[in-house]
Amino acid sequence: MGASLGRVETQRVVLFTAERPLTLDSGATLGPVEVAFETYGTLDEDRANAVFVCHALTGDAHAAGHHDDPSRKGWWDTIIGPGRPLDTDRLFVVCANLLGGCQGTTGPSSIDPATGRPYGLRFPLMTVRDLVRVHRALTAHLGIERPLAAIGGSLGGMQVLQWALDAPDELGAALIICASSRLSAQNIAFSAVARESIMGDPDFRGGDYYGNGSAPDRGLSVARMLAHITYLSEESMRRKFGRRIQDADVPRFGFDVDFQVESYLQYQGAAFLKRFDANSYLYLSRVMDYFDAFADPAVTTRALERTATRFLVMSFDSDWRFDTSHSREIVRTLAAHGAQVTFREIESPYGHDSFLLQVPEYHRTVAGFLDRAFRERSR
Amino acid sequence: MRPDLAVVASMVPGGSRVLDLGCGDGDLLAELIGVQGCRGQGVEVSPDAFHACIARGIPVVQADIDAGLPDFDDASFDVVVLSQTLQATRHPARVLREMMRVGRVGVVSFPNFGHWRVRAYLGARGRMPVSRSLPYPWHETPNIHLCTLRDFEDLAAAEGLRIGERRLLDLDGGAAPRRAERRPNLLAAGAAYLLTR
Repeated sequence: MGASLGRVETQRVVLFTAERPLTLDSGATLGPVEVAFETYGTLDEDRANAVFVCHALTGDAHAAGHHDDPSRKGWWDTIIGPGRPLDTDRLFVVCANLLGGCQGTTGPSSIDPATGRPYGLRFPLMTVRDLVRVHRALTAHLGIERPLAAIGGSLGGMQVLQWALDAPDELGAALIICASSRLSAQNIAFSAVARESIMGDPDFRGGDYYGNGSAPDRGLSVARMLAHITYLSEESMRRKFGRRIQDADVPRFGFDVDFQVESYLQYQGAAFLKRFDANSYLYLSRVMDYFDAFADPAVTTRALERTATRFLVMSFDSDWRFDTSHSREIVRTLAAHGAQVTFREIESPYGHDSFLLQVPEYHRTVAGFLDRAFRERSR
Repeated sequence: MRPDLAVVASMVPGGSRVLDLGCGDGDLLAELIGVQGCRGQGVEVSPDAFHACIARGIPVVQADIDAGLPDFDDASFDVVVLSQTLQATRHPARVLREMMRVGRVGVVSFPNFGHWRVRAYLGARGRMPVSRSLPYPWHETPNIHLCTLRDFEDLAAAEGLRIGERRLLDLDGGAAPRRAERRPNLLAAGAAYLLTR
């Protein structure tokens, strides 16, 4: 449904400087902070039609349209564009690369002004609240006081939830998809193995691998392969690969890649190296581990008691990375504090990855919710 | 708005926090939120009704109330409404218990299977009654747990619930004429009860 945007461009802006740095939850300061972002559609005169897209662990600012090659679309092109649920004919869509990322926004691979060398592990630890601070600095820079909505899946949804708690009433609508208010032991365990794989790679060198001609590629690709398994469901893997053999009808019996699923994971791992930095993976996965949105009951109560923000929480029935119980916990807490919350578990066989795909009922729900928010925008 | 919903709406204090179980397209909640200044929240299982609520800006959780209300904390609502839905649940007693757990007050409305027309239909024709308030043939009806006013009052008592108020309904769902009060179980086509613990 709808159309793709065509050619788009990534913009950059310095939002914090050495003189006016970003102060993080930890107390550490960071400056300069440069942010890479993209915008689609036109900001209305009254600046009331902005939708902020928060990306997940390994996303970037390039959410929709294409840069030079029309066959390589942004990561959420299915949902953003003219006539699509995030309808750029009437909405102004903003997506920014996360703080700590590696696709244009300041992160561990950026130059530390104190040393003239990349930060590496000297980059400060961050929280989801810190990521949101940078988003809000960007909306302020763009002249958007109150976004019509913020939307995100997985870690993206966590940012939306945090945003709604940090600035009650600022968001007209908060769309939180297959996210969690805090990770389970199993979730953290997967992240721990991924980090172990990166940090155990001999090329990791304590995070100072930049400019050495070698990076912890092996570790990072294994981390990605592991994570990728958790994004798919058993059912979708069975449908996609079964036990089929790659490029042959009979097994070769050996330790090289033989099954199609092995070849797929190898490909995913290798492709990931081209676009992602191992240190960013460490930092951003750690942000997820420590996230605990409702940790302070007093803060939760104060934020939600009178909030006008309308929440939409969605999960997918085959998602086991953040299964429906994570979303229901968010719903329960929001409803218990009097917030207006809409919730739906969507049927989809594609696991956690469903939020990136064109699942009709999911898109219908997002489109309907945003349409209502748009019609109510001049409150 | 349907006349029976107007009766239910009149039993909900303005400005209260209301949970409507089986809220359908959100007709009652639209009235409670828009006119009575309530903070409303719906629960609905049908996808089409869910989308209708979204289009009207009514917060709605898609869930089957027969599975309990795990998304809602104890006493988190002033009023929980169960309008023309009790008779369609698989576990009416459990649903009642859950609604009184999450709300301080419950409002329950349902058709009265003891109404004289229902009795006459069954008595004279020997077939399951079909009427304006019970419009479905037996094999297609969602109403699997029909009861009379007496049956319901027995259940409420067994569950330790107090009946604060009872409004009798006529066949159109509006308030029944006064004379129905003389023999409610025979003369009322339905009723709306206000329950407390």
